[in-house]
Amino acid sequence: MQCPKCHAPMHTYNRNGVQIEQCSGCRGIFLDYGELESLTRMESQWGGGPAVPPPPAAPQYPAAPGGPAWGAPQHGGGHYGGHGGHGGHHRNRGFGHMLFSS
Amino acid sequence: MTAHPLLTELTLRARTEAHSHKQSACPCGAATLADRPDATVVRHADTVAKAHAPDTAPAELTPRLATAAHLPGILLPPLGRTPVDLHGRLVTFWPYGEPVDPENPDSAPWEAAATLLARLHRTPAPPGLPPMRGPAKAALAVARLLAATRQRPATHVLRAWRTLPAWARAETPMSDTTTLCHGDLHLGQLVRHPVPDGPWHLIDVDDLGVGEPAWDLARPAAWYACGLLSPDDWSRFLGAYRAAGGPAVPADGDPWPALDVAARALTVQTAARAIVKAAEADRALDDVEQAVVDACDRMGSAPPQLAGGFAK
Repeated sequence: MQCPKCHAPMHTYNRNGVQIEQCSGCRGIFLDYGELESLTRMESQWGGGPAVPPPPAAPQYPAAPGGPAWGAPQHGGGHYGGHGGHGGHHRNRGFGHMLFSS
Repeated sequence: MTAHPLLTELTLRARTEAHSHKQSACPCGAATLADRPDATVVRHADTVAKAHAPDTAPAELTPRLATAAHLPGILLPPLGRTPVDLHGRLVTFWPYGEPVDPENPDSAPWEAAATLLARLHRTPAPPGLPPMRGPAKAALAVARLLAATRQRPATHVLRAWRTLPAWARAETPMSDTTTLCHGDLHLGQLVRHPVPDGPWHLIDVDDLGVGEPAWDLARPAAWYACGLLSPDDWSRFLGAYRAAGGPAVPADGDPWPALDVAARALTVQTAARAIVKAAEADRALDDVEQAVVDACDRMGSAPPQLAGGFAK
């Protein structure tokens, strides 16, 4: 799925049996219905035990080059990369005509 | 392509010019490379003849041609320094160069293009060179849009245009009157010379002049902003420009405050042309054209004075 905030792809992690999605771009976390309660319940069960390890830090993509405020929504989140399947964008669409004309 | 008198005569002139400096037997490969209202370009073997736009002034084309002749490592040098008159059109002659292959995005010479631009921008402009024509061409595209339609989606494009500063709309002169600029950079403006694997050169001097160098970076910037150019290719282009000491953007940090106005203007120009073209062909915008129009729409909620902000 895509992050509703920055539109980067979200990756699924398993935390204590609860599936959570974390954005590869802004690191925001998406919880499905009931997942917050599951996590809270587990936290209370653990009591003063070791802290739950946080989800992994954002992967070290090559620095995203940024963009203007009016840029296409996919900016800022590793949306490209040649894997395809993200919203139908592919590398340099329009290459054959628009990039060659005034 | 129908052979009108100019095209027929231009083809003949290219042949004559090609044979005048070819010692060995000429394979005589001839082709029409472009035949548009603003330019007719034909090739004969290793020679290209270009008939410039009907309103081209000799007093402006001649210093532009001389600039190309002076910078052979950056601009493709012309064959001859003086345009000739043909059916009321100015004609120039050039060696044939190998263009970028539109079928092969991986072959696009982003680093070479950026390096050539940086070197051009660092070259002192020869005296007497007219202003770079980028903003004037953007204004022309918008005027044509206004003449064709004021219905949506043209409204988005016109609104974005009105938020631009006067210089970017060619209503006042550019403040930079010393930096040498190409004025119309896109991937069709690069050729390898000598063919087939000589170094890349910039071609097309019609818009060359002094002005705001960010304009030359702004088309790739606009493609990237519209989602048409990958972050990787944009980074290659920008990185090479910076590595070559190009003056249009700061050496590091956020380049967008320097690029924003010109990238907006070229997005507007591209969108205006796309809408007119689609209207003339009585067809809908394709997805690439729509992406450019959508970017104009988004400009409405992010005025240029906030340039440099990042989308949250």
